[in-house]
Amino acid sequence: MAAEKMALAKAINESLRRALETDPKVLIMGEDVGKLGGVFRVTDGLQKDFGESRVIDTPLAESGIVGTAIGLALRGYRPVVEIQFDGFVFPAYDQIVTQLAKMHARSLGKVKLPVVVRIPYGGGIGAVEHHSESPEALFAHVAGLKVVSPSNASDAYWMMQQAIQSDDPVIYFEPKRRYWDKAEVSTEAIPDPLHKAKVAREGTDLTLAAYGPMVKLCHEVAAAAAEEGKSLEVLDLRSVSPIDFDSIQASVEKTRRLVVVHEAPVFLGSGAEIAARITERCFYHLEAPVLRVGGYHAPYPPARLEEAYLPDLDRVLDAVDRSLAY
Amino acid sequence: MTVESTAAHTPRRSAGSKAGATGAKSKRSTGANARKSADPELVQLLTPEGKRVKNAEYDKYVAGITSEELRGLYRDMVLTRRFDAEATALQRQGELGLWASLLGQEAAQIGSGRALNDDDYVFPTYREHGVAWCRGVDPTNLLGMFRGVNNGGWDPNSNNFHLYTIVIGSQTLHATGYAMGIAKDGADSAVIAYFGDGASSQGDVAESFTFSAVYNAPVVFFCQNNQWAISEPTEKQTRVPLYQRAQGFGFPGVRVDGNDVLACLAVTKWALERARGGEGPTLVEAFTYRMGAHTTSDDPTRYRGDEERLAWEAKDPILRLRRYLEAANHADEGFFAELEAESETLGKRVREAVRAMPDPDHYAIFENVYADGHALVDEERAQFAAYQASFADVEGV
Repeated sequence: MAAEKMALAKAINESLRRALETDPKVLIMGEDVGKLGGVFRVTDGLQKDFGESRVIDTPLAESGIVGTAIGLALRGYRPVVEIQFDGFVFPAYDQIVTQLAKMHARSLGKVKLPVVVRIPYGGGIGAVEHHSESPEALFAHVAGLKVVSPSNASDAYWMMQQAIQSDDPVIYFEPKRRYWDKAEVSTEAIPDPLHKAKVAREGTDLTLAAYGPMVKLCHEVAAAAAEEGKSLEVLDLRSVSPIDFDSIQASVEKTRRLVVVHEAPVFLGSGAEIAARITERCFYHLEAPVLRVGGYHAPYPPARLEEAYLPDLDRVLDAVDRSLAY
Repeated sequence: MTVESTAAHTPRRSAGSKAGATGAKSKRSTGANARKSADPELVQLLTPEGKRVKNAEYDKYVAGITSEELRGLYRDMVLTRRFDAEATALQRQGELGLWASLLGQEAAQIGSGRALNDDDYVFPTYREHGVAWCRGVDPTNLLGMFRGVNNGGWDPNSNNFHLYTIVIGSQTLHATGYAMGIAKDGADSAVIAYFGDGASSQGDVAESFTFSAVYNAPVVFFCQNNQWAISEPTEKQTRVPLYQRAQGFGFPGVRVDGNDVLACLAVTKWALERARGGEGPTLVEAFTYRMGAHTTSDDPTRYRGDEERLAWEAKDPILRLRRYLEAANHADEGFFAELEAESETLGKRVREAVRAMPDPDHYAIFENVYADGHALVDEERAQFAAYQASFADVEGV
């Protein structure tokens, strides 16, 4: 298989398979990741092919999953753990923040913890409570962690390879509503650096910056705006910690306008940090304040209300219009 | 009177009852808390009076112990206590920001620490100074974090002694994961996880019991029940003796006299042997007493009286072994005198090392945040450097 069209979930599956094949220290851990293949089938078939010792069905205890993964990493393993849904990561938040993130520094660099924490995140699938959240800013705020989120199958494949190879803990947010979106994946490509943003669509009038599930929406917005004669650039950030501010700056110096889009609540979200830093870096280039489109400061709503809560084509276009009106 | 204090199942330490020679009969484990039928004898090989008592199950683990090894255990405990006292003094002198004393827990730590092989791995709390000593960690290395020059600072792999963990109970999961790794590797070493009676209430400890049992991980959970979690007595943590919790998870639990170094050595050896033999985890509850404050910031006079402390002083772990060494002619006066001198030398060395410990360079803030680097850290380091450089002219004047 050199290049093949596959769904995003399948791309992660193939990437995990490759990691298991090439590095005997790689382990998969999580609830239902074995026989079932994960509730989204991301680990489908891996236990059958690599055995229960490497693809491990764990007890239903998130802190235990991450805490034991830390111990396995201390022993020389490279665990890739699955948190079943975004809203269930919090029992593990203590282990992630107080232990996983800090141990390298506490040991003055002696200890490395190459642990990947996979979290299917975001809404748009009509799920029940705690199954649609976007907590990425809560992890990006913590020094010692790296936070990434692919938007398409090809990135999902390669970013997982890079996350597993990283000697730092990586929180890998999977855009669950894009799991079934297909794209060409070349398994022989030379990938971009993990934390580098990509210009996903070139434009001249305004930059839309997004990551994960919102990149597809931004493409749709750009297409709609093009029909009205507006040229929008779409920047796929890919990484939320670190954020590739150089690429955002380069784009904004060209377009002079920036709208950041994410599903997470706008208040103190990654868009707030981007707005602040780009204002510092591009003050004399900006024709309009940096605008943000995202979730509200309210609990993620019941499924029948999520359409109104989530950024959509019209809400992003509205922000585009407001920015262009300055 | 609060509802709590009238509840029949929360026995207070009755002022009149004598501290028994065995913990199983101590005030703390009487009443509903102990549920008579389920609480067997505490494992004890040396009485507080220094008398060697037979134990059919555990004698064999210390059967071949030599006079020299017995003196070694005594020496370990004395030097650990001396180091601990020096650290407390250094905190009082302002050289350390904080110190967590192990006073009273020397037997639990030295006994368990000396049961380990070199290739075993230790996951300590922040009070395992005696275990660190057994592992060969330089005592002055332990003081960096208490002085505030680092947050850990030693290489865990050089002595198979993990960094001190301050978040209560977190390390029990790391120990379990490490033990799962040992099992995967097919190695014959074991892991020991230290924690306390307070930590036994943490979810992470319960989860580590679950994971270790399910995966049959070679780990020994060594709980030093020192009776106090800062100001809260064990009754605030549990209604059953802690060692009995293991049963519900499917592995054995044992209560050992934590002030009896021989019993701690024997029971830990047994538990480690089980781990290495593929029999899975064991919970050891070392029944001991925190004779000092929780830390130098604590004031135990606000929550406990002298009477309890005096009762436990009579069971002092060092005094007990000394009585035995003297009565059984394992050591002479010369040994004790030499050890006294060695203690003072250690105290002096620690004192001088701490006073000479330099403050770290400011740029240490930005070091080792990530193994593979991070753009934001690089940017902020550069900003910090530029800010520092802005003073250069002023200083040059």
